[in-house]
Amino acid sequence: MEDAGFILGSYALTLAAVAMFAWRTIRSGRRLAEQVPDEDKYWL
Amino acid sequence: MSAWRVAWLIARKDLRVERRSRVVTNQVVPFAGVTMVIFAFALDSDAVLQRVAPGLVWLATMFSLLVLVQRSFAIETDDGALDAMRVAGVDARAIFLGKAIALAAELVALELILLFAAVILYGQSIAAGSVVLLVTTLVAATCGLAAVGTLYGGLAAGFRGRETLLPLLTLPAVAPVLIGATRAVEAALGTAGAVVSDGWPWVGLLTVFAVAFGVGGSLAFGPLIDE
Amino acid sequence: MNGDHDDDDTGNTMTTTDPAQTADTVSITAPRSTGTSATRVVGVAAIVAMAWLVAFGLGFSPADRDQEEAVRILYVHVPTIWLAYLAFVVTAIASALYLFTSKQSLGWDRAAGASAEIGVVFVAVTLVVGALWGRLTWGVFWQWDARLTTTALLFVTYVGYLAVRRLGGSHRQRARRSAVLGLIAVLEIPLVHWSVRLWRSLHQEATVLDTDGDIDMDGLMLFSLFVGVIAFTLLYAWLMMHRVRAMAMEDLVEDRGLDAALAARRAEGGA
Repeated sequence: MEDAGFILGSYALTLAAVAMFAWRTIRSGRRLAEQVPDEDKYWL
Repeated sequence: MSAWRVAWLIARKDLRVERRSRVVTNQVVPFAGVTMVIFAFALDSDAVLQRVAPGLVWLATMFSLLVLVQRSFAIETDDGALDAMRVAGVDARAIFLGKAIALAAELVALELILLFAAVILYGQSIAAGSVVLLVTTLVAATCGLAAVGTLYGGLAAGFRGRETLLPLLTLPAVAPVLIGATRAVEAALGTAGAVVSDGWPWVGLLTVFAVAFGVGGSLAFGPLIDE
Repeated sequence: MNGDHDDDDTGNTMTTTDPAQTADTVSITAPRSTGTSATRVVGVAAIVAMAWLVAFGLGFSPADRDQEEAVRILYVHVPTIWLAYLAFVVTAIASALYLFTSKQSLGWDRAAGASAEIGVVFVAVTLVVGALWGRLTWGVFWQWDARLTTTALLFVTYVGYLAVRRLGGSHRQRARRSAVLGLIAVLEIPLVHWSVRLWRSLHQEATVLDTDGDIDMDGLMLFSLFVGVIAFTLLYAWLMMHRVRAMAMEDLVEDRGLDAALAARRAEGGA
């Protein structure tokens, strides 16, 4: 059952990294959005 | 004045500065020597030292390269000489070539001293038949190292944190030189039963590396230091 | 600085909000962040694909003949390194586009930077997951094989690239420096790979660990891998859209800060 730990660990690690990176990206976007007026956001 | 002539002038200027200040002879060479001695402390076995001597020579060269590059650009940025040369309309390619030539000359001198140290400290012997391979390897590896060092040294020059940035950029880039030059010198010195003919493919690698970074570096240097 | 920060041409980042919808939501107090309907669609698709990946990778796909259950790591390992390679290729292309298009749009520079950040994160994930997989199939975390060694050096090279991006100076200086470095990396990586491969092939040590062991990919296994690649490609698109927009705002805020400081200085001098 040692294998299961490694396999599940790999999936957990990958997904955790994805989630953390996504969360950081969103959070930094939110923080910056407060300091920039909407008319300067070219994507809106 | 042609770019080559300017490069030659810059190289001579750098070497003259080093000869007068004696920083290379009084600090860098002793530093490299101490490195060779502490390798022996770390590895602690004559047999192991004899086996890994070529690699240690090149490792000591890499570390000294970092010090030499810092030094080479410190003398330029301290009083804004690099900017002054650019403002005066000196071709960036000539600056790159000149600094690389001076760096290469210092490196070759250092490598010869380190090889000599390896003969004395690590029990290496140089056979007459391997001198050609040894010299070619030294020249090719040194050109590659000097090109990479000058390129990244110029990039990091004048910024805070350059002391830490330079190794981070340089060491992964010169990994091929460390691999190739170590194997070629192993072949030249007959380490672990290697024969001289094993060394030539590595010299090919080193030459391609030197040409690639020589050409790439001289093209990239201008945009990198132009601010 | 006249407020023109040449963002107008970053059409590559999909601006598909329709005006009516924007007008509705603009009255709501919260400032609009980096999300648009495009990112939401891609984001939801990425989440669904990730769920599929877990279901197929851990559930439906069969165990391998040689590798047995350990083969399941493949379905996350290959897509993460695919994502990293994709990201670095985009960095190189965006760097070239910044340098060689006449307009020298900072949009390309930010795309290169955002892509490199994503690439570095996923190379790191790949290396760690690869070590776990190696422990299972080879019995060791690390092997000095050409691909592994090149990947490790790739990681360090782009960490250096990101460090250079943070050196400071104006946005233009940052953009040119990092674009040149992004192209030098294209020169550097093949040389590194070549040398490492030559090194390993000439030094063949007796490997008990030779479990390159052909994985017989049957239909369901290939499909699981395909789902993984799709999921991570969608994730890449989603991350890029958000990150490039956030970086555009970072630049803007920096400019503002500089303008404000200059104005304050002038006011001081005038008084």
